Amino acid sequence: MKMTGAQIVWEAMLREQVKVVFGMPGGANLPIYDALTQYPQIHHVLVRHEQGASHMADGYARVSDEVGVCLVTSGPAATNLVTGLATAMMDSVPMVAITGQVPTSLLGNDAFQETDVTGVTQPVTKHNYLVTDVRELAQVMKEAFHIARTGRPGPVLIDICKDVQNDSTDFVYPEEVTLAGFSPWQGLDEQALGQAVTLIEQAQRPLIIAGHGVQMAHATEQLRKFAEKTEIPMAMTLLGLGNVPETHPLSLGMCGMHGEAHANLAIQECDLLIGVGMRFDDRVTGKLDEFAPKAQIIHLEMDAAEVGKNVHPDVALIADAKDSLQALAAAVPSGRHEAWMAQIQQWRADGEERDILRAEVEELIPPYVMRQLWHATGGDAIIVTDVGQHQMWEAQYYLHQHPHQLLTSGGLGTMGYALPAAIGAQMAAPNMPVWVVAGDGGFQMTLQELGTLAQEKLPIKIAIINNGFLGMVRQWQQLFYGRRYSGTPMLSPDFVQLAAAYDIAGRTVTHKEEVTEALQQAQDHPGPFLLEFRVKEEVNVYPMVAPGANVGELLRRPTIVQGPSGVTPAW
Amino acid sequence: MSTQSTANTLARQHTVVAWLEDKPGVLNRVVGLFRRRNFNIESLTVGPSETPGISRLTFVVDGDDHMVDQAVKQLYKLVNVTKVENITHKPAIKREMALVRVKVDSSTRSEVMQLVDIYRARIVDVSMDSVVVQAVGRQEQIDSLLELLSNYPLLEMVRTGVVAMTRGLVGRNGNGKHKRRAAL
Ligand SMILES: Cc1ncc(C[n+]2csc(CCOP(=O)(O)OP(=O)(O)O)c2C)c(N)n1
Repeated sequence: MKMTGAQIVWEAMLREQVKVVFGMPGGANLPIYDALTQYPQIHHVLVRHEQGASHMADGYARVSDEVGVCLVTSGPAATNLVTGLATAMMDSVPMVAITGQVPTSLLGNDAFQETDVTGVTQPVTKHNYLVTDVRELAQVMKEAFHIARTGRPGPVLIDICKDVQNDSTDFVYPEEVTLAGFSPWQGLDEQALGQAVTLIEQAQRPLIIAGHGVQMAHATEQLRKFAEKTEIPMAMTLLGLGNVPETHPLSLGMCGMHGEAHANLAIQECDLLIGVGMRFDDRVTGKLDEFAPKAQIIHLEMDAAEVGKNVHPDVALIADAKDSLQALAAAVPSGRHEAWMAQIQQWRADGEERDILRAEVEELIPPYVMRQLWHATGGDAIIVTDVGQHQMWEAQYYLHQHPHQLLTSGGLGTMGYALPAAIGAQMAAPNMPVWVVAGDGGFQMTLQELGTLAQEKLPIKIAIINNGFLGMVRQWQQLFYGRRYSGTPMLSPDFVQLAAAYDIAGRTVTHKEEVTEALQQAQDHPGPFLLEFRVKEEVNVYPMVAPGANVGELLRRPTIVQGPSGVTPAW
Repeated sequence: MSTQSTANTLARQHTVVAWLEDKPGVLNRVVGLFRRRNFNIESLTVGPSETPGISRLTFVVDGDDHMVDQAVKQLYKLVNVTKVENITHKPAIKREMALVRVKVDSSTRSEVMQLVDIYRARIVDVSMDSVVVQAVGRQEQIDSLLELLSNYPLLEMVRTGVVAMTRGLVGRNGNGKHKRRAAL
């Protein structure tokens, strides 16, 4: 059947099971938007800024486990996507971004709103295409979705010239993809498997660090079974939180720069470290030369380019985490590590002693808000965080139990991620409670998406942790730059009034006693609700591994000091 | 090709061969990988291979083994790259061609011709005051011929950069199919 390029775009999306597209029209994608009127099955979400579209597609993808799609026009619209593409690239999120481009005849001419989009996005996409011939379009669409979701997922961009959108051709959607240079390899190396089993059998103090790859591979069940059979404790990377319920006895919570002390000490003392679906990022390893100095290392990772990049493993299993964990669990005998577990328990008890929540702090502090949020939501909400101190407190004080229950920009650390990503998440899971947890700074980077939220009538709850500063940067200035707060104090609008302008209900919370009730009020409210927590300003995230230090050299949580008016921590 | 700023004690020359789909922008993707890591590409040649639609690229880069291994793994991940082989440590034939215009007069012409003979090069163009020498050989041979010719003096020079092929059947599937080891 003859179809225009614009129709082919939508026909292809139907065949790829796309239900929602986040985007904004403009000159160079008008034919695609015009054709959309023929496809009422696909819901279009109009964004307020294209960065928002990219994060929405990202949030949608993480929660739905499908490819997230965004659609924007050429030039400035396409460049607005760059941050979202880079975010998705770093966190291996399957996404297809479609951009309109000037007509083929004007390519390279500096025509109005022309940008070399494939050039600009090349380093931040898994792959990209410039389509100049309508006869290639169906094939490109098919390939793009395949590449985005296959192997280690990532964002793929398709730049479609405007004339291609208008041209017609016979539409045939390819059944299969054959890409000469793209065949993710999945076989398990039996010899390496045998070596891994031997190392695991011999280890006295083994430790697992589990990352996002476990969730991407749907291997959480396999991870838990393997760990339980061998009694190996598990630390998580930020994006690995939710791999197993954090209340699981073998879960040590998060490791790394703001990881729990017992998790980091376990890294430094273990004699075998098994990295699963993670890439030994510098936020996890701290000073690389002194990382896990006593350990042999097994790396379970599907991307061969991640193996040996930062840490040289003794054994590597290059495969999907599900396959490798399953094979390992079958091949290893059950094991016990009582002395090791007791040692970790001792470290953990010390950490709990120092926990700020044990102190009778009267002021409103963020860790308390996070723990109350956990209680209020029964530990079951999807939490989408922004980047900064609140992000780390959320990671520490909300106990995650499910994969992709926490959505956060781990690799790129993109401020402004939370609100738009939450919109995508809520579209993917309409019946789940979705909470945004953001700082006063990051929230203001994409707050225009409140308009999108209102237009889509999404019941998202928003918790802004307003500490009057770019908090995380302020913390570094306090600790490492003599408390010179350069460029970090921040004046914010009255967020509740701002929400009201979008017809979104809200409440300002200034006292600790109000927190529980305010959270309940937000939850009980049928629509979206914004809570602004005006928290104590100069509170720091601990533990902390200072930049350049090894992960065992932590700035611990301050010990709790007995004062005349009861127990207060030394900040 | 950027200038190398990192002084690396383990740095050495690596020769890498890559097979790419012959499509617009593919070479840019390959070069971009090296640019991002601040590698200096010493030479790069690209042309058709025995398989239609697949180009063959040979490049020589400076870097330590670890850095180059890392870059090779990243190259594997490019969708349009069908195969990569680091042949630095393999027995291989490596050749390069140079064209050199040398200034000559009646007294030096025969000297130049003798040198050309010794190096099994050829004179491919002759004019009143200059000759163009075509030399094919290993990089070191060409280096040494150029050094000698520079005495005459040398007016213009172009080198192709190294092309390489492993000896025997090492590392190549005989049927010409491009299969990737472990990559995405
Ligand atoms: C787009 C972007 N710009 C700048 C930064 C650097 N940065 C990291 S954390 C941070 C402060 C965040 O402040 P806020 O949003 O108020 O959150 P808080 O740390 O106070 O919880 C900044 C500026 C970043 N991560 N992303």
